[in-house]
Amino acid sequence: MSRRPARPSVPVTIDGEEHLAYEGETILDLARRVGVRIPTLCQLDGLSVYGGCRLCVVQTEGDHRLKPACATEVTGDLEVTTSTHEIREHRRRIVELLFAEGNHICAFCVSTGHCELQDLATEHNVDHIHYDYEYPRNTVDASHPKYLLDRDRCVLCTRCVRVCDEFEGAHVWDIANRGSESRIVAGLDIPWGESESCTWCGKCVLVCPTGALSFKGRSTGEMVHDPEVISFLSRARREGEWVGRKEQV
Amino acid sequence: MSTPNGNGNGQPRKLRFATAWLGGCSGCHMSFLDLDELLFDLAEHVDVVFGPLTDVKVFPPDVDITLVEGAVTNEDNVEIARAVRANTRVVVSFGDCAVTGNVTSLRNAMGDPDPMVRRVYVDHPDINGAMPTEIVPALLPQAEPLHELIPVDVYLPGCPPSGERIRNALFRLVESLEAGEGIPDMDWRTPDDLRFG
Repeated sequence: MSRRPARPSVPVTIDGEEHLAYEGETILDLARRVGVRIPTLCQLDGLSVYGGCRLCVVQTEGDHRLKPACATEVTGDLEVTTSTHEIREHRRRIVELLFAEGNHICAFCVSTGHCELQDLATEHNVDHIHYDYEYPRNTVDASHPKYLLDRDRCVLCTRCVRVCDEFEGAHVWDIANRGSESRIVAGLDIPWGESESCTWCGKCVLVCPTGALSFKGRSTGEMVHDPEVISFLSRARREGEWVGRKEQV
Repeated sequence: MSTPNGNGNGQPRKLRFATAWLGGCSGCHMSFLDLDELLFDLAEHVDVVFGPLTDVKVFPPDVDITLVEGAVTNEDNVEIARAVRANTRVVVSFGDCAVTGNVTSLRNAMGDPDPMVRRVYVDHPDINGAMPTEIVPALLPQAEPLHELIPVDVYLPGCPPSGERIRNALFRLVESLEAGEGIPDMDWRTPDDLRFG
């Protein structure tokens, strides 16, 4: 991401309030800057835009299709609505489908209480899943000496894929297969522990929104991720803020 | 509770309250007991007519509220769940096993339960290994959330739902039924009242 122009100049209306956006700014960035909450899952400041989860969809005036706020740049006189009954229902269904297609048993997850999927469920008043559960037969990769991949808890947000490629430059992770067969694989589908490109940096673990990637040895509720580290690194790199972080990881 | 329990003239009929225990660990029932002294308040408003805490064998008619713990995982669960639905005004899916399948549904991804039962009861024991055929109800092919089998009116997630969470939902429900208002709107719930796990 390049540095911003000095002054915001693009008039945009969000939920009836007028704002000035920077040229090239996304609807999501603008909303966050002016304090409007739009839920997200795959998006992480500092990583490239994926637009895969569709939780951040918003309505724009004159277009009946919902658009992902993370992947839509502002244009002049854009009118954005971030929260209607339809939008909230759409988001709730996405959350429910994520639960239905995995084996997210929160009760004994390493990340329970610190999970972005769990938080999104409560935010959208999900008290049960309307869809039939898939109960897929997924595999766990425990071959790495330090880290664990539990595919039952993966939502395929690709944060790990992107951070490994874009920050660490190792590109250990990819998504294999398509559709409901999609799954995270190391290398060309080898055990993670046998990957020669993995540097053991742990950034993939830090950015994971659920309990899919964790430090080994963590028990129920003990895995707290820290995706903010990547946002910090990205911002510091962009703005040249090479200063220490107050609370070190 | 603000609702007058009344005595003598005009005393309202106490609500008929039941609990049922399907495929779960009884942790939700333990958590129900964590209502502690509030159980006395609850007892002023309800009669407990069925559940593991009573010695009643057949699910009774005209029950107002039933908390159902556990996933539907065997043939006995199906029978009880159907009896609950047929005789209850407000069925509450009580805890994560009933709401999501939870731990009880872990077996689902492994397919047919028969090899698992065989491993435990035939292969593993040192003596008298045999497939259970009597008394133990047959497992269903999959453990399912309660709402896959019967319509559910209120969902109370949590593993287990805390005593406070049970209190918040149950007392509101009792109050609403006593006032003749039916099933209350559950939109008041905060993340603390909703979170799975």
